[in-house]
Amino acid sequence: MIESVDEEFYGVLEDAAREAYVMSLKDIPPDVRVALKAAVENESEPRAAQIMRTMLEAVELGDRGMMVCQDTGIPIYWLRIGTGAYVDGGRLRDVIEKGVRRATLETPFRSSIVHPTQRLNRQDSTGEGVPLLHFDFAAGADYLEFLMMPKGSGSENWSFLKMLLPADGEPGIRKFILDSVAAAAGKACPPLVVGVGLGGTSDQCVALAKEATSRPIGQRHPDPKVAAFEVDMVRQINQLGIGPQGLGGDTTALDVHIERAWTHNSMNPVAVNMQCWRGERRSARIHYSDHRIEWGYSW
Amino acid sequence: MGIFVVAISLTTPLTEEVVRELRAGDEVTITGIVWGLRDATLIHWHDKGNEFPADLSNGVLLHTQPNVKRVGERWEPTCVGTTTSQRMDRFTRPLLERLGVRAILGKGGMSGESAAAMAEHGCVYLAVVGGAAAVETLQIEEIEAVYWEHLMPECLWRFRVRQLAPLFVAIDTHGKNLHEEVQARARENVARLTAGT
Repeated sequence: MIESVDEEFYGVLEDAAREAYVMSLKDIPPDVRVALKAAVENESEPRAAQIMRTMLEAVELGDRGMMVCQDTGIPIYWLRIGTGAYVDGGRLRDVIEKGVRRATLETPFRSSIVHPTQRLNRQDSTGEGVPLLHFDFAAGADYLEFLMMPKGSGSENWSFLKMLLPADGEPGIRKFILDSVAAAAGKACPPLVVGVGLGGTSDQCVALAKEATSRPIGQRHPDPKVAAFEVDMVRQINQLGIGPQGLGGDTTALDVHIERAWTHNSMNPVAVNMQCWRGERRSARIHYSDHRIEWGYSW
Repeated sequence: MGIFVVAISLTTPLTEEVVRELRAGDEVTITGIVWGLRDATLIHWHDKGNEFPADLSNGVLLHTQPNVKRVGERWEPTCVGTTTSQRMDRFTRPLLERLGVRAILGKGGMSGESAAAMAEHGCVYLAVVGGAAAVETLQIEEIEAVYWEHLMPECLWRFRVRQLAPLFVAIDTHGKNLHEEVQARARENVARLTAGT
Protein backbone atom coordinates (compact mmCIF):
# COMPACT_ATOMS: atom_id res chain seq x y z
CA MET A 1 0.00 0.00 0.00
CA ILE A 2 1.15 3.51 -0.79
CA GLU A 3 0.11 6.69 0.98
CA SER A 4 -0.29 8.89 -2.03
CA VAL A 5 -0.21 8.40 -5.81
CA ASP A 6 2.91 9.74 -7.53
CA GLU A 7 3.09 12.39 -10.22
CA GLU A 8 3.28 9.80 -12.99
CA PHE A 9 -0.18 8.51 -12.04
CA TYR A 10 -1.87 11.63 -13.42
CA GLY A 11 -0.09 11.14 -16.74
CA VAL A 12 -1.23 7.53 -16.88
CA LEU A 13 -4.80 8.65 -16.17
CA GLU A 14 -4.61 11.27 -18.92
CA ASP A 15 -3.40 8.64 -21.40
CA ALA A 16 -6.12 6.23 -20.29
CA ALA A 17 -8.82 8.91 -20.67
CA ARG A 18 -7.53 9.59 -24.18
CA GLU A 19 -7.25 5.92 -25.11
CA ALA A 20 -10.72 5.07 -23.76
CA TYR A 21 -12.33 7.77 -25.91
CA VAL A 22 -10.58 6.60 -29.09
CA MET A 23 -11.20 2.91 -28.40
CA SER A 24 -14.88 3.45 -27.58
CA LEU A 25 -15.40 4.81 -31.10
CA LYS A 26 -13.74 1.81 -32.77
CA ASP A 27 -14.19 -1.22 -30.55
CA ILE A 28 -17.84 -2.18 -30.03
CA PRO A 29 -18.45 -4.00 -26.71
CA PRO A 30 -18.68 -7.83 -26.87
CA ASP A 31 -22.19 -7.94 -25.36
CA VAL A 32 -23.46 -5.70 -28.17
CA ARG A 33 -21.92 -7.96 -30.83
CA VAL A 34 -23.49 -11.05 -29.30
CA ALA A 35 -26.90 -9.34 -29.07
CA LEU A 36 -26.78 -8.09 -32.67
CA LYS A 37 -25.79 -11.49 -34.03
CA ALA A 38 -28.60 -13.17 -32.10
CA ALA A 39 -31.04 -10.53 -33.35
CA VAL A 40 -30.07 -11.20 -36.99
CA GLU A 41 -30.83 -14.90 -36.45
CA ASN A 42 -34.18 -14.23 -34.78
CA GLU A 43 -35.40 -11.44 -37.07
CA SER A 44 -38.35 -12.34 -39.29
CA GLU A 45 -38.12 -9.23 -41.50
CA PRO A 46 -35.45 -9.72 -44.24
CA ARG A 47 -34.75 -5.99 -44.60
CA ALA A 48 -34.29 -5.65 -40.82
CA ALA A 49 -31.82 -8.55 -40.85
CA GLN A 50 -29.97 -6.99 -43.78
CA ILE A 51 -29.68 -3.67 -41.91
CA MET A 52 -28.24 -5.42 -38.85
CA ARG A 53 -25.78 -7.35 -41.02
CA THR A 54 -24.57 -3.98 -42.36
CA MET A 55 -24.15 -2.85 -38.73
CA LEU A 56 -22.05 -5.95 -38.00
CA GLU A 57 -19.97 -5.19 -41.09
CA ALA A 58 -19.25 -1.74 -39.64
CA VAL A 59 -18.29 -3.36 -36.31
CA GLU A 60 -15.73 -5.50 -38.16
CA LEU A 61 -14.32 -2.43 -39.90
CA GLY A 62 -13.96 -0.93 -36.41
CA ASP A 63 -11.79 -3.91 -35.47
CA ARG A 64 -9.56 -2.97 -38.40
CA GLY A 65 -9.05 0.50 -36.97
CA MET A 66 -11.89 2.54 -38.47
CA MET A 67 -14.35 4.57 -36.44
CA VAL A 68 -17.67 2.74 -36.57
CA CYS A 69 -19.93 5.82 -36.50
CA GLN A 70 -19.16 9.41 -37.43
CA ASP A 71 -20.69 10.77 -34.22
CA THR A 72 -17.92 11.32 -31.70
CA GLY A 73 -20.52 12.22 -29.09
CA ILE A 74 -20.38 14.13 -25.84
CA PRO A 75 -17.62 12.53 -23.76
CA ILE A 76 -18.90 11.29 -20.38
CA TYR A 77 -16.72 9.77 -17.66
CA TRP A 78 -18.02 8.13 -14.50
CA LEU A 79 -15.14 7.99 -12.01
CA ARG A 80 -14.74 5.90 -8.88
CA ILE A 81 -11.82 7.04 -6.81
CA GLY A 82 -10.42 4.41 -4.50
CA THR A 83 -9.66 5.90 -1.09
CA GLY A 84 -6.76 3.47 -0.40
CA ALA A 85 -4.29 6.21 -1.30
CA TYR A 86 -4.43 9.98 -1.59
CA VAL A 87 -5.44 11.31 -5.01
CA ASP A 88 -5.65 15.06 -5.65
CA GLY A 89 -9.29 15.31 -6.76
CA GLY A 90 -8.77 18.94 -7.68
CA ARG A 91 -6.59 17.90 -10.62
CA LEU A 92 -8.85 15.24 -12.10
CA ARG A 93 -11.00 17.49 -14.29
CA ASP A 94 -7.95 19.01 -15.92
CA VAL A 95 -6.31 15.61 -16.46
CA ILE A 96 -9.38 14.02 -18.09
CA GLU A 97 -9.99 17.13 -20.20
CA LYS A 98 -6.44 16.94 -21.55
CA GLY A 99 -7.02 13.30 -22.46
CA VAL A 100 -10.19 14.24 -24.35
CA ARG A 101 -8.45 17.07 -26.19
CA ARG A 102 -5.55 14.82 -27.20
CA ALA A 103 -7.88 12.04 -28.39
CA THR A 104 -9.60 14.54 -30.67
CA LEU A 105 -6.54 16.29 -32.08
CA GLU A 106 -4.14 13.35 -32.28
CA THR A 107 -6.47 10.77 -33.87
CA PRO A 108 -7.80 13.14 -35.37
CA PHE A 109 -11.57 13.03 -35.18
CA ARG A 110 -14.31 15.59 -35.34
CA SER A 111 -15.24 17.74 -32.36
CA SER A 112 -18.99 17.77 -31.93
CA ILE A 113 -19.08 20.15 -28.95
CA VAL A 114 -20.41 23.69 -29.38
CA HIS A 115 -21.49 26.69 -27.28
CA PRO A 116 -25.22 26.19 -26.62
CA THR A 117 -26.39 29.41 -28.28
CA GLN A 118 -23.44 30.80 -30.25
CA ARG A 119 -22.70 27.29 -31.64
CA LEU A 120 -18.97 27.97 -31.49
CA ASN A 121 -16.79 24.80 -31.78
CA ARG A 122 -13.33 24.75 -30.11
CA GLN A 123 -12.51 21.74 -32.31
CA ASP A 124 -11.19 19.72 -29.35
CA SER A 125 -14.37 18.08 -27.96
CA THR A 126 -14.31 20.24 -24.84
CA GLY A 127 -16.26 23.23 -23.60
CA GLU A 128 -17.90 24.52 -20.45
CA GLY A 129 -19.06 21.40 -18.56
CA VAL A 130 -17.68 19.06 -21.24
CA PRO A 131 -16.35 16.42 -20.74
CA LEU A 132 -19.11 15.53 -18.33
CA LEU A 133 -17.63 14.00 -15.18
CA HIS A 134 -19.36 12.07 -12.40
CA PHE A 135 -17.34 11.43 -9.23
CA ASP A 136 -17.82 8.66 -6.74
CA PHE A 137 -15.60 6.80 -4.29
CA ALA A 138 -14.62 3.20 -3.57
CA ALA A 139 -13.84 2.87 0.12
CA GLY A 140 -10.35 1.53 0.73
CA ALA A 141 -9.71 0.52 -2.90
CA ASP A 142 -6.16 0.98 -4.21
CA TYR A 143 -7.18 1.95 -7.71
CA LEU A 144 -9.14 4.56 -9.63
CA GLU A 145 -11.59 3.31 -12.22
CA PHE A 146 -13.71 5.01 -14.80
CA LEU A 147 -16.36 4.19 -17.36
CA MET A 148 -16.32 6.27 -20.52
CA MET A 149 -19.19 6.82 -22.93
CA PRO A 150 -19.10 9.03 -26.07
CA LYS A 151 -22.81 9.83 -26.10
CA GLY A 152 -24.18 10.37 -29.59
CA SER A 153 -26.81 12.97 -30.35
CA GLY A 154 -29.07 10.73 -32.42
CA SER A 155 -30.13 8.81 -29.35
CA GLU A 156 -29.60 11.58 -26.77
CA ASN A 157 -32.04 13.89 -28.58
CA TRP A 158 -34.73 11.39 -27.57
CA SER A 159 -34.55 11.78 -23.82
CA PHE A 160 -37.66 11.92 -21.68
CA LEU A 161 -38.66 12.81 -18.14
CA LYS A 162 -42.12 12.67 -16.66
CA MET A 163 -43.14 13.45 -13.13
CA LEU A 164 -45.86 10.81 -12.91
CA LEU A 165 -48.30 10.72 -10.01
CA PRO A 166 -48.12 8.05 -7.31
CA ALA A 167 -51.57 6.87 -8.44
CA ASP A 168 -50.19 6.26 -11.97
CA GLY A 169 -48.23 3.36 -10.45
CA GLU A 170 -46.43 0.75 -12.51
CA PRO A 171 -48.89 0.89 -15.44
CA GLY A 172 -48.08 4.58 -15.81
CA ILE A 173 -44.35 3.83 -15.86
CA ARG A 174 -44.84 1.08 -18.43
CA LYS A 175 -46.91 3.33 -20.72
CA PHE A 176 -44.42 6.18 -20.45
CA ILE A 177 -41.53 3.90 -21.50
CA LEU A 178 -43.47 2.56 -24.51
CA ASP A 179 -44.63 6.07 -25.49
CA SER A 180 -41.03 7.31 -25.37
CA VAL A 181 -39.73 4.51 -27.58
CA ALA A 182 -42.59 5.04 -30.05
CA ALA A 183 -41.90 8.80 -30.13
CA ALA A 184 -38.23 8.20 -30.94
CA ALA A 185 -39.01 5.42 -33.44
CA GLY A 186 -36.20 5.20 -36.01
CA LYS A 187 -34.62 8.50 -35.06
CA ALA A 188 -32.67 7.23 -32.04
CA CYS A 189 -30.84 4.64 -34.22
CA PRO A 190 -32.47 1.37 -33.09
CA PRO A 191 -32.02 -1.40 -32.08
CA LEU A 192 -31.65 0.43 -28.78
CA VAL A 193 -30.56 -0.08 -25.24
CA VAL A 194 -33.34 1.67 -23.33
CA GLY A 195 -32.26 3.12 -20.00
CA VAL A 196 -34.93 3.85 -17.42
CA GLY A 197 -34.55 5.89 -14.25
CA LEU A 198 -37.11 5.41 -11.50
CA GLY A 199 -37.50 7.65 -8.46
CA GLY A 200 -35.15 10.22 -6.96
CA THR A 201 -35.44 13.91 -7.80
CA SER A 202 -35.99 14.98 -11.41
CA ASP A 203 -32.27 15.42 -12.18
CA GLN A 204 -31.31 12.27 -10.30
CA CYS A 205 -33.94 10.30 -12.22
CA VAL A 206 -32.53 11.44 -15.59
CA ALA A 207 -28.97 10.63 -14.48
CA LEU A 208 -30.08 7.15 -13.43
CA ALA A 209 -31.63 6.56 -16.84
CA LYS A 210 -28.36 7.52 -18.54
CA GLU A 211 -26.31 5.33 -16.19
CA ALA A 212 -28.70 2.44 -16.90
CA THR A 213 -27.73 2.54 -20.60
CA SER A 214 -24.11 1.77 -19.67
CA ARG A 215 -24.92 -1.63 -18.17
CA PRO A 216 -23.94 -4.54 -20.48
CA ILE A 217 -26.73 -6.13 -22.50
CA GLY A 218 -28.16 -9.17 -20.76
CA GLN A 219 -27.04 -8.12 -17.29
CA ARG A 220 -30.10 -7.87 -15.06
CA HIS A 221 -30.89 -5.61 -12.11
CA PRO A 222 -30.01 -7.33 -8.79
CA ASP A 223 -33.58 -7.00 -7.51
CA PRO A 224 -35.51 -9.92 -9.11
CA LYS A 225 -38.71 -7.85 -9.39
CA VAL A 226 -36.92 -5.09 -11.29
CA ALA A 227 -35.13 -7.71 -13.39
CA ALA A 228 -38.48 -9.28 -14.34
CA PHE A 229 -39.84 -5.84 -15.24
CA GLU A 230 -36.81 -5.24 -17.49
CA VAL A 231 -37.35 -8.52 -19.32
CA ASP A 232 -41.03 -7.79 -19.75
CA MET A 233 -40.34 -4.31 -21.14
CA VAL A 234 -37.91 -5.71 -23.75
CA ARG A 235 -40.63 -8.11 -24.86
CA GLN A 236 -43.23 -5.33 -25.11
CA ILE A 237 -40.94 -2.86 -26.89
CA ASN A 238 -40.11 -5.53 -29.44
CA GLN A 239 -43.82 -5.92 -30.14
CA LEU A 240 -44.02 -2.31 -31.36
CA GLY A 241 -42.64 -3.24 -34.80
CA ILE A 242 -40.27 -0.25 -35.11
CA GLY A 243 -37.28 -2.42 -36.01
CA PRO A 244 -33.70 -1.49 -36.89
CA GLN A 245 -33.51 2.12 -38.12
CA GLY A 246 -37.30 2.45 -37.80
CA LEU A 247 -37.98 0.60 -41.04
CA GLY A 248 -39.95 -2.21 -39.37
CA GLY A 249 -39.01 -5.50 -37.76
CA ASP A 250 -38.91 -7.47 -34.53
CA THR A 251 -35.73 -5.92 -33.16
CA THR A 252 -36.37 -2.50 -31.62
CA ALA A 253 -34.55 -2.92 -28.29
CA LEU A 254 -31.55 -5.11 -27.53
CA ASP A 255 -32.22 -4.58 -23.84
CA VAL A 256 -33.92 -2.46 -21.19
CA HIS A 257 -32.02 -1.49 -18.03
CA ILE A 258 -33.58 0.13 -14.99
CA GLU A 259 -31.81 1.99 -12.21
CA ARG A 260 -33.68 3.36 -9.24
CA ALA A 261 -33.55 5.57 -6.19
CA TRP A 262 -36.12 6.10 -3.47
CA THR A 263 -38.26 9.16 -3.97
CA HIS A 264 -40.64 11.55 -2.20
CA ASN A 265 -43.94 10.00 -1.15
CA SER A 266 -45.88 12.42 -3.36
CA MET A 267 -43.67 11.79 -6.42
CA ASN A 268 -43.29 9.08 -9.06
CA PRO A 269 -40.64 10.32 -11.53
CA VAL A 270 -39.59 8.23 -14.51
CA ALA A 271 -36.92 9.05 -17.09
CA VAL A 272 -36.02 7.33 -20.35
CA ASN A 273 -32.62 7.62 -22.02
CA MET A 274 -31.73 5.79 -25.22
CA GLN A 275 -28.45 4.35 -26.39
CA CYS A 276 -28.05 3.67 -30.10
CA TRP A 277 -27.26 0.17 -31.39
CA ARG A 278 -23.47 0.49 -30.96
CA GLY A 279 -23.65 0.84 -27.17
CA GLU A 280 -20.21 2.49 -27.16
CA ARG A 281 -18.31 2.46 -23.84
CA ARG A 282 -14.94 1.54 -22.36
CA SER A 283 -13.78 1.17 -18.80
CA ALA A 284 -10.36 1.25 -17.17
CA ARG A 285 -9.11 0.42 -13.69
CA ILE A 286 -5.76 2.02 -12.90
CA HIS A 287 -3.88 0.60 -9.93
CA TYR A 288 -2.22 3.13 -7.66
CA SER A 289 0.95 1.17 -6.89
CA ASP A 290 2.17 -0.01 -10.30
CA HIS A 291 -0.13 2.01 -12.63
CA ARG A 292 -1.29 -1.23 -14.23
CA ILE A 293 -4.48 -0.71 -16.28
CA GLU A 294 -7.24 -3.29 -16.55
CA TRP A 295 -9.34 -2.47 -19.58
CA GLY A 296 -12.98 -3.44 -19.82
CA TYR A 297 -16.40 -2.43 -21.07
CA SER A 298 -18.24 -2.02 -17.78
CA TRP A 299 -17.83 -2.14 -14.03
CA MET B 1 -29.16 -16.64 -46.57
CA GLY B 2 -32.36 -14.55 -46.62
CA ILE B 3 -34.03 -13.27 -49.72
CA PHE B 4 -31.72 -12.05 -52.43
CA VAL B 5 -32.84 -8.60 -53.57
CA VAL B 6 -31.21 -6.90 -56.53
CA ALA B 7 -30.58 -3.26 -55.78
CA ILE B 8 -31.35 -0.64 -58.44
CA SER B 9 -28.13 1.12 -59.50
CA LEU B 10 -28.54 4.87 -59.80
CA THR B 11 -25.97 7.24 -61.25
CA THR B 12 -26.01 11.01 -60.76
CA PRO B 13 -27.32 13.34 -62.06
CA LEU B 14 -30.73 11.84 -61.34
CA THR B 15 -33.65 12.81 -63.54
CA GLU B 16 -37.17 13.43 -62.29
CA GLU B 17 -38.39 10.50 -64.44
CA VAL B 18 -36.01 8.02 -62.79
CA VAL B 19 -36.89 9.27 -59.32
CA ARG B 20 -40.64 9.02 -59.94
CA GLU B 21 -40.26 5.37 -60.94
CA LEU B 22 -38.86 4.40 -57.53
CA ARG B 23 -41.16 2.80 -54.96
CA ALA B 24 -40.94 2.81 -51.18
CA GLY B 25 -39.09 -0.33 -50.10
CA ASP B 26 -36.86 -0.46 -53.20
CA GLU B 27 -33.19 -0.94 -52.48
CA VAL B 28 -30.86 1.31 -54.48
CA THR B 29 -27.19 2.21 -54.79
CA ILE B 30 -25.82 5.59 -55.84
CA THR B 31 -22.71 6.33 -57.84
CA GLY B 32 -21.61 9.88 -58.62
CA ILE B 33 -21.84 13.17 -56.75
CA VAL B 34 -23.45 13.51 -53.34
CA TRP B 35 -23.56 16.78 -51.37
CA GLY B 36 -22.99 16.53 -47.61
CA LEU B 37 -24.69 19.06 -45.35
CA ARG B 38 -26.74 19.36 -42.17
CA ASP B 39 -28.01 21.75 -39.46
CA ALA B 40 -25.45 24.57 -39.52
CA THR B 41 -24.98 24.34 -43.30
CA LEU B 42 -28.69 24.79 -43.94
CA ILE B 43 -29.11 27.50 -41.30
CA HIS B 44 -26.26 29.35 -43.02
CA TRP B 45 -27.87 28.79 -46.42
CA HIS B 46 -31.08 30.26 -45.05
CA ASP B 47 -29.24 33.26 -43.52
CA LYS B 48 -27.39 33.86 -46.80
CA GLY B 49 -30.66 34.33 -48.66
CA ASN B 50 -30.80 30.71 -49.86
CA GLU B 51 -27.58 30.87 -51.83
CA PHE B 52 -25.05 28.03 -51.91
CA PRO B 53 -21.48 28.69 -53.10
CA ALA B 54 -21.88 25.79 -55.57
CA ASP B 55 -24.53 24.52 -57.96
CA LEU B 56 -26.66 21.90 -56.21
CA SER B 57 -29.51 21.87 -58.74
CA ASN B 58 -30.99 18.41 -59.34
CA GLY B 59 -28.50 17.18 -56.77
CA VAL B 60 -28.39 14.38 -54.24
CA LEU B 61 -28.01 15.49 -50.59
CA LEU B 62 -26.64 13.53 -47.63
CA HIS B 63 -27.30 14.56 -44.03
CA THR B 64 -23.80 14.34 -42.57
CA GLN B 65 -20.96 16.03 -40.74
CA PRO B 66 -17.89 13.96 -41.52
CA ASN B 67 -14.62 13.24 -39.76
CA VAL B 68 -11.85 14.33 -42.10
CA LYS B 69 -8.08 14.63 -42.16
CA ARG B 70 -6.08 17.36 -43.85
CA VAL B 71 -3.56 15.91 -46.29
CA GLY B 72 -1.68 18.68 -48.10
CA GLU B 73 -4.28 20.83 -49.83
CA ARG B 74 -6.98 18.20 -49.61
CA TRP B 75 -9.40 16.76 -47.11
CA GLU B 76 -9.49 12.99 -46.79
CA PRO B 77 -12.46 11.20 -45.25
CA THR B 78 -11.73 9.25 -42.06
CA CYS B 79 -15.32 8.61 -41.06
CA VAL B 80 -18.36 9.81 -42.96
CA GLY B 81 -21.75 8.77 -41.67
CA THR B 82 -25.34 9.86 -41.63
CA THR B 83 -27.23 11.97 -39.13
CA THR B 84 -30.89 12.12 -38.08
CA SER B 85 -32.85 13.85 -40.86
CA GLN B 86 -35.79 15.06 -38.80
CA ARG B 87 -33.79 18.13 -37.68
CA MET B 88 -33.57 19.26 -41.32
CA ASP B 89 -37.29 18.85 -42.14
CA ARG B 90 -37.96 22.59 -42.31
CA PHE B 91 -35.51 22.98 -45.19
CA THR B 92 -36.94 20.27 -47.47
CA ARG B 93 -39.53 22.38 -49.27
CA PRO B 94 -37.28 25.41 -49.93
CA LEU B 95 -34.48 23.12 -51.16
CA LEU B 96 -36.81 21.31 -53.53
CA GLU B 97 -38.50 24.49 -54.76
CA ARG B 98 -35.25 26.33 -55.44
CA LEU B 99 -32.91 23.56 -56.52
CA GLY B 100 -35.00 20.63 -57.67
CA VAL B 101 -33.09 18.30 -55.37
CA ARG B 102 -33.79 14.70 -56.52
CA ALA B 103 -32.80 12.63 -53.50
CA ILE B 104 -32.15 13.25 -49.82
CA LEU B 105 -30.14 10.61 -47.95
CA GLY B 106 -30.44 10.41 -44.21
CA LYS B 107 -31.57 8.33 -41.28
CA GLY B 108 -34.66 8.10 -39.10
CA GLY B 109 -37.12 9.42 -41.66
CA MET B 110 -38.68 12.77 -42.56
CA SER B 111 -42.07 14.36 -41.86
CA GLY B 112 -45.30 14.19 -43.82
CA GLU B 113 -44.68 17.77 -44.88
CA SER B 114 -41.30 16.81 -46.36
CA ALA B 115 -42.93 13.82 -48.07
CA ALA B 116 -45.61 16.09 -49.58
CA ALA B 117 -42.93 18.42 -50.98
CA MET B 118 -41.08 15.40 -52.38
CA ALA B 119 -44.17 14.06 -54.16
CA GLU B 120 -44.85 17.49 -55.60
CA HIS B 121 -41.33 18.22 -56.86
CA GLY B 122 -40.07 14.72 -57.69
CA CYS B 123 -37.63 13.74 -54.96
CA VAL B 124 -37.10 10.59 -52.85
CA TYR B 125 -35.83 10.06 -49.33
CA LEU B 126 -33.28 7.27 -49.09
CA ALA B 127 -32.56 5.65 -45.72
CA VAL B 128 -28.92 4.95 -44.93
CA VAL B 129 -28.01 2.47 -42.17
CA GLY B 130 -27.29 4.94 -39.37
CA GLY B 131 -24.26 4.29 -37.20
CA ALA B 132 -22.61 2.08 -39.82
CA ALA B 133 -20.46 4.95 -41.03
CA ALA B 134 -17.38 2.76 -41.50
CA VAL B 135 -19.17 0.98 -44.35
CA GLU B 136 -20.25 4.29 -45.90
CA THR B 137 -16.76 5.80 -45.63
CA LEU B 138 -15.23 3.09 -47.83
CA GLN B 139 -17.77 3.94 -50.54
CA ILE B 140 -16.56 7.54 -50.74
CA GLU B 141 -13.94 7.83 -53.44
CA GLU B 142 -13.00 11.41 -52.86
CA ILE B 143 -13.90 14.69 -51.22
CA GLU B 144 -13.91 16.81 -54.37
CA ALA B 145 -14.58 20.17 -52.75
CA VAL B 146 -15.40 21.82 -49.43
CA TYR B 147 -17.31 25.08 -49.07
CA TRP B 148 -17.96 27.19 -45.96
CA GLU B 149 -14.98 25.73 -44.07
CA HIS B 150 -15.66 28.13 -41.18
CA LEU B 151 -18.61 25.85 -40.31
CA MET B 152 -16.26 22.86 -39.84
CA PRO B 153 -17.32 20.09 -39.63
CA GLU B 154 -20.78 21.24 -40.80
CA CYS B 155 -19.45 22.55 -44.11
CA LEU B 156 -20.90 21.92 -47.54
CA TRP B 157 -19.10 18.82 -48.84
CA ARG B 158 -18.92 17.56 -52.40
CA PHE B 159 -18.33 13.79 -52.27
CA ARG B 160 -17.72 11.46 -55.19
CA VAL B 161 -19.20 8.11 -54.21
CA ARG B 162 -19.12 4.65 -55.73
CA GLN B 163 -21.98 2.22 -55.10
CA LEU B 164 -23.18 3.94 -51.93
CA ALA B 165 -25.22 1.18 -50.30
CA PRO B 166 -27.37 -0.18 -48.86
CA LEU B 167 -29.97 2.56 -49.38
CA PHE B 168 -33.71 2.01 -49.01
CA VAL B 169 -36.39 4.19 -50.59
CA ALA B 170 -38.30 5.32 -47.48
CA ILE B 171 -40.30 8.18 -49.04
CA ASP B 172 -41.34 7.87 -52.68
CA THR B 173 -43.20 10.31 -54.93
CA HIS B 174 -46.43 8.28 -54.65
CA GLY B 175 -47.33 9.20 -51.07
CA LYS B 176 -45.59 6.35 -49.23
CA ASN B 177 -43.56 7.21 -46.13
CA LEU B 178 -42.16 4.05 -44.51
CA HIS B 179 -40.87 5.61 -41.28
CA GLU B 180 -44.21 7.35 -40.65
CA GLU B 181 -46.15 4.15 -41.33
CA VAL B 182 -43.94 2.17 -38.96
CA GLN B 183 -44.29 4.84 -36.27
CA ALA B 184 -48.07 5.05 -36.64
CA ARG B 185 -48.27 1.27 -36.23
CA ALA B 186 -45.97 1.45 -33.19
CA ARG B 187 -48.31 3.99 -31.56
CA GLU B 188 -51.29 1.71 -32.23
CA ASN B 189 -49.35 -1.13 -30.65
CA VAL B 190 -48.64 0.98 -27.55
CA ALA B 191 -52.38 1.69 -27.27
CA ARG B 192 -53.14 -2.03 -27.60
CA LEU B 193 -50.50 -3.07 -25.05
CA THR B 194 -51.60 -0.51 -22.48
CA ALA B 195 -55.36 -0.80 -23.00
CA GLY B 196 -57.30 -0.95 -19.74
CA THR B 197 -54.41 0.25 -17.60
